[in-house]
Amino acid sequence: MKAVTTFLAQDGGFWVLTFVKIALLLFIVLTVNAYLTWFERKVVALMQSRVGPHRVGPHGLLQPAADGLKFLFKEDVMPGGVDKFVYLLAPFLALTLALASLAVIPFGPNPLPFKFFGHQIDLWITNPDIGLLVLFSVTALGVYGVALAGWASNSKYPLLGGLRSSAQMISYELSMTMSVVGVLLMANSFSLTDIIQKQSGRTIWGVLPAWNIFSFHGGCPQVVGFLCFFISAIAETNRVPFDLPEAESELVAGFHTEYSSFKFAMFFIAEYTSMITVSSLCAILFFGGWNSPFPTTWTVTHYIPSLILIPFGLWVLFDGLKYETIFGKLILPGLGTAIAGVGALLLAGIWIAPLHDVNEYIQAPFWLLGKIFFFLFFYVWARGTLPRFRYDQLMNIGWKLLLPVSIANVIVTAAFVLLRSAP
Amino acid sequence: MVPTQYYLILSAILFGLGAVAFVVKRNIITIFMSIELMLNAVNLAFVAFSQAKGKLDGQVFVLFVIVVAAAEAAVGLGIIILTARNRRSLNIERVDLLKL
Amino acid sequence: MSPALIVFFLLAALSVIGALSLILQKHPIHSALSLIVVMVSLAGLYLLMGAEFVAAVQIIVYGGAIMVLFVFVIMLLNASAEEHTSFSKLAKFGGLPLALALTGLLAAAMIRNGGAVPNSATPDALAKTSDISLMLFSTFVYPFELTSFLILVAIMGALVLAQREKKT
Repeated sequence: MKAVTTFLAQDGGFWVLTFVKIALLLFIVLTVNAYLTWFERKVVALMQSRVGPHRVGPHGLLQPAADGLKFLFKEDVMPGGVDKFVYLLAPFLALTLALASLAVIPFGPNPLPFKFFGHQIDLWITNPDIGLLVLFSVTALGVYGVALAGWASNSKYPLLGGLRSSAQMISYELSMTMSVVGVLLMANSFSLTDIIQKQSGRTIWGVLPAWNIFSFHGGCPQVVGFLCFFISAIAETNRVPFDLPEAESELVAGFHTEYSSFKFAMFFIAEYTSMITVSSLCAILFFGGWNSPFPTTWTVTHYIPSLILIPFGLWVLFDGLKYETIFGKLILPGLGTAIAGVGALLLAGIWIAPLHDVNEYIQAPFWLLGKIFFFLFFYVWARGTLPRFRYDQLMNIGWKLLLPVSIANVIVTAAFVLLRSAP
Repeated sequence: MVPTQYYLILSAILFGLGAVAFVVKRNIITIFMSIELMLNAVNLAFVAFSQAKGKLDGQVFVLFVIVVAAAEAAVGLGIIILTARNRRSLNIERVDLLKL
Repeated sequence: MSPALIVFFLLAALSVIGALSLILQKHPIHSALSLIVVMVSLAGLYLLMGAEFVAAVQIIVYGGAIMVLFVFVIMLLNASAEEHTSFSKLAKFGGLPLALALTGLLAAAMIRNGGAVPNSATPDALAKTSDISLMLFSTFVYPFELTSFLILVAIMGALVLAQREKKT
């Protein structure tokens, strides 16, 4: 027992803590992915004046579970004549790279108040000095999953879809990285926590938060950079309106036509995870990360999480009581009470001191997760609204519009940085 | 800390393997890839020396080598595509005469 | 056996296995994948040496752009597995031993003179990106401008080479 404790107090504890964090993050992200598919189907359906999934569980909430079971039990078909190694490698590569990019995303500035055998527990898995470059490396390698999947399927449409899709990803990677250079010029660091740190405070006579999209702190507002980045990121993740290579009416299903059951699910999860990564990058780089939009002196705004949770919990509670099934009658009200209870506890921080500390602690992750959720909603909104681009229009936009605009953004930001720096 | 010699020996081994691949393989593209392997081995030696001396010149030079390798790969692959179109084969034994 | 040494041996073994696999595989796409493995393990070695910017550039440019170009060309030209031609006598009895001799000579030179490399004061320091960029734009600004010109020439060359013949 003593040997275990000393092992954990030294380097061994650091590795155990990292593995636990990785396992927890993977679990959370995979669950969020599953419910992101539910969210997307519901929102797109509501935009198209229909209901979306509503049979499997109340409000269709068990639909992702049903889909997951379907993926597990479906027959796993491997077409003849494929190159087995590459065919099996491609979805594995796509999923691994998509999940690996989550390792450098910081979710909060302060470590947890308790320690694990003397090791500090930060709210990130790692925070390297080149955090942003790690994300770009993973995005750059992500092209292989698509290209190899298309080629290995030994079939015309997947090959075409794979080549087009990977050519699209490479083209938009350039403008994606260039549009971030403006942020780097303003922040002077590749580390994501440093970039967020530079965006705290207020700007423009103290009215607006000093986020990179508004701020003149040492640079110029990165509006153009944000637009370039977001559009390039949508193209990079192969989402509507840039999803011609995998659209159903165009190329059967593009590069993942010949993949069934779990291998297709791996591509699917990889796509949604890269959506989550890109949304968190948008939030971190351009919208201030975990900085609240309100000034820190307005302590009333610290109770916004509880003011959102309590009505939501009560709504879930009363909605669940309308159902006749066991799931509706017992679990939904229970869930609703739990959510409202958490909200009430946070609100009670006005009077009770330890709860006040908890409330202060969750401010940062709450705002970051709120912004990520907003960008994910934007993604889903784009899917429900916009028609898709033709392939030549797509490549035109990537090379002839976004790349020159992002380079111009770099030049203008550099000029501003030079003019504003102390002579 | 790993002694610098270990990195240099690894660099020598990779360079030798690249040279062997250059001589032995028949496919033009694979031969081209062995050139990239040799360039990578040299990059490793540069970075090892840069770490040993504590100066950053080696790493800046590695950036230049990577850029030159990229330019060379682009043009070389263009030439390979043309050669493959004209001779209808990627086997280097069919490309060793000027006559088609 | 410090952890750094263990990581070094793992990454070195991975890169040598990748290089051997490049030679021994028959299909060019498998050789390309092995080369990607070599490059990623070399990026790991650069990280071990504290050169984090170079490691990131290696993965982004070499692994994410140059090798993608190779993979595209292999796919477009529909390269198939190599026909098994026997080695020429020259390659088998002259080339391979000479290549091994070259490697041995280089390795012996390294081992013999390894102590002559002056050691820096701070061997484990991480190389800061700002220092590299300062050096790139002050001492090395002339090669920097030349390489940008080189890239421009390469783009034009690749465009001219790869276009279809105009039917006159």
